[in-house]
Amino acid sequence: MSEMHLASHFDQLESTRKGFGRGLLKAGTLSSSVVAACADLTESTQMHLFAKEFPDRFIEIGVAEQNLVTVGSGLAAMGKVPFVSSYAAFSPGRNWEQIRTTICLNDRPVRIVGSHAGLSVGPDGATHQMLEDIALMRALPNMVVIAPCDSIEAEKATLALVTDPRPAYLRLARADSPIVTTEHTPFQIGKAYLMHEGADVTIISTGTMTAQALMAARSLFKDGVHADVLHVPTIKPLDTETILESAKKTRHVVTVEEAQINGGLGSAVAELLGEKLPTPMKRMGMNDRFGESGKPEELLEHFGLTAKHIALAAHHLMLDHTNHKH
Amino acid sequence: MLWVIILSNMAGTKKNYSLDALQKKANEIRIDIIKMLEHAGSGHSAGPLGLADIFTALYFQVMKNDPKNPDWEDRDILLLSNGHCVPVRYATMAHAGYFDKKELMTLRQFGSRLQGHPERLKLPGMETTSGPLGCGLSQACGMSLAMRMDKIHHRWVYVVMGDGEQDEGNVWEAAMLAAKYKLNNIIAITDRNNIQIDGPTETVMPLDDLKAKWEAFGWHVIDINGNDIEAVIEACDMAKAIVEKPVMIIAHTIPGKGVGFMEYDFHWHGSPPNHDQAVEALKELRTLGGKIRSEHE
Repeated sequence: MSEMHLASHFDQLESTRKGFGRGLLKAGTLSSSVVAACADLTESTQMHLFAKEFPDRFIEIGVAEQNLVTVGSGLAAMGKVPFVSSYAAFSPGRNWEQIRTTICLNDRPVRIVGSHAGLSVGPDGATHQMLEDIALMRALPNMVVIAPCDSIEAEKATLALVTDPRPAYLRLARADSPIVTTEHTPFQIGKAYLMHEGADVTIISTGTMTAQALMAARSLFKDGVHADVLHVPTIKPLDTETILESAKKTRHVVTVEEAQINGGLGSAVAELLGEKLPTPMKRMGMNDRFGESGKPEELLEHFGLTAKHIALAAHHLMLDHTNHKH
Repeated sequence: MLWVIILSNMAGTKKNYSLDALQKKANEIRIDIIKMLEHAGSGHSAGPLGLADIFTALYFQVMKNDPKNPDWEDRDILLLSNGHCVPVRYATMAHAGYFDKKELMTLRQFGSRLQGHPERLKLPGMETTSGPLGCGLSQACGMSLAMRMDKIHHRWVYVVMGDGEQDEGNVWEAAMLAAKYKLNNIIAITDRNNIQIDGPTETVMPLDDLKAKWEAFGWHVIDINGNDIEAVIEACDMAKAIVEKPVMIIAHTIPGKGVGFMEYDFHWHGSPPNHDQAVEALKELRTLGGKIRSEHE
């Protein structure tokens, strides 16, 4: 396991939904089977690029998320490769049972794209800040769950989903976030990636929190703490091997996600380590509460989801664990 | 009788069973439904009995299908949106030759392909997994849209729905979409038997004027007696001639049809007969079979 190729500076910003929009357009060019449907949020979810280029393969569903995913099941039944998008708060927020029965149990590979996930949707407030989607989707048999770290990875994930035969959930954010990968950074569904290497603590992150985790690792380095940063774009199926390898090395694990800590990435890692390799852990995310209106950066600061908070949590975990040993 | 009886099932061609033969087939299917449910000890009685005539018409006359090749790519598709009525589909499929009738007695048992609610992955020809209500029409929309993209115009998508399930908002989301895109190869059939678990539909949540509702949503609506096989066949033929709209056939049926003590009684929506009740039901159905024969001979 070695560190991978990343952007040298994290000063370029773009939202993950933008990467999805580009990826879908490319996918549509590469395969005539790719079709798209949206629930009255075509430009917001960046499906408008595809819709404009391939109007005959785009379906405007209207504000009807139950119908959105269930129509997707019917499209998949006929051999199409459907991407269906809305805000994550509504899909999978409102239509979980349709996803469960007509997509997962029925094994119809619909790609459910939940945009505007997490706190960083900002001023829209708690109703629109979807924080439970990872837990909802991760609980479903057959479902793949992906939260890309930046727009470049989002584009790669979109293209990878075209040829993956499983139902999938792609989690995207509205706000611009640092681009940390490059065109040359590898991406494969089901793989976790070591983005920063150290031996003292493992920071496991998903989605746009990976940029914060990497900045935290750089700050920790200055304090003499060497962190592994494992980016886990695929929360399900989890790359257990890579996570166990790092946890075995550092014996301290911090997880971070822009989602509820109950049922999300932190839970997945805790389940794994609890059974295979009990390890001191700190889960960072939303702590069983809802958000509120504000600028994305204000909210991330308020709810403790910045590089500074991650670095602090790593320090505390190591300190607590050292104290316990004496 | 001018009906030509061809008892072998000919894939892809118009099946020409006599009305008499179809009515007998529906009665045999009802007999199997009672046997299956009694043996299973749980399941829904009223809906499947009421739907036997519609399923007989669909599988033995209306639909293009091939029981020996259930995935045949030119087949018509039947989605059972009210999955709890699946005993009638299992029984009809067995009679049509999709699988051996002996398997019907495995309904709801551990290891059976005949799950309590239908699962596509368990049984070839089952088309989709259903049970949670209100989802069939949306899937039909997706299928119909995909066919249009692929310029396929010779396949029909049939959706059998309950009336109670139309309490679900998802149904009306799909209704709007089908009308918007003029999905004219969808033929939906509502089993209008006026009962649901908690009682009469008009008490639980009034649906009427159901015809006006569907028409207001942009559908062509045909009202029929859903226990009249000839009317079902005619309505499906008519539906195929309507090109500018999707079609809803409101099939008025008698819940528990054919078994006197079950007919019209909502308590039989979700219950199976016990042994004594099954014996009584079977006696009545077999006698009715004799009556039909005597009328047509």
